[in-house]
Amino acid sequence: MKIMVQSAAFELGAEVDAMRRGRSDIGAIASFVGLARDMNDGSDVAAMTLEHYPGMTEKALAALVEEAQSRWTLLDVTLIHRVGRLLPGDPIVLVAVAGSHRGEAFAACEFIMDYLKTRAPFWKKEETPEGERWVEARASDDAAAMRWGKND
Amino acid sequence: MKLRVLYFARLRERLGCAEETLDCAGSTVADLVAQLQARGGMWAEELAADQAYRVAVNQDIVALDAALSENAEVAIFPPVTGG
Repeated sequence: MKIMVQSAAFELGAEVDAMRRGRSDIGAIASFVGLARDMNDGSDVAAMTLEHYPGMTEKALAALVEEAQSRWTLLDVTLIHRVGRLLPGDPIVLVAVAGSHRGEAFAACEFIMDYLKTRAPFWKKEETPEGERWVEARASDDAAAMRWGKND
Repeated sequence: MKLRVLYFARLRERLGCAEETLDCAGSTVADLVAQLQARGGMWAEELAADQAYRVAVNQDIVALDAALSENAEVAIFPPVTGG
């Protein structure tokens, strides 16, 4: 299990290799990488800054992973979220889930991202030609998290 | 009771406050919010009933009727936008 909040970049290949290294019981690794885009809500985005709530962030991410583990049998999970100033094209978040078979790996990977979007205390501020603006939460993210059912 | 209250993101900027220690006369999150709203101005505006914000007590998101405890760490912030 690896859960990190960091300003440094990460590399998907290296993270997946680290999960696989020295073991032969893993049948599937599903991964997701979220990237900073150069456009949002009709404006060019030159950069974004990710703020978070130190302390709570780590607890919230650990709780997401625990919840995924209670729903599926998982062999390993890596979850990395960056903070600080990021440029278009930069990776923001990585989720990699290892399981015996693809079904639980795909499902848990998507579940972790859907829950992260509505529960982990991160906030994005974008730099646009019109000035700086905080990104607004999306109703579609709430809907995506809701479809997994209530857990508490 | 004595509370440490943190504000994040847009709320931190609009309220002009990242963190404060205060004495709360009530016993629930709703009581604290009412006390902050009573400051008027941006506080009344940003914490109005129709505004979307979240409250965490000791780093767990809670509902407005949640109880507060002495020296709790309370955080008030906009809906999250990570990922």
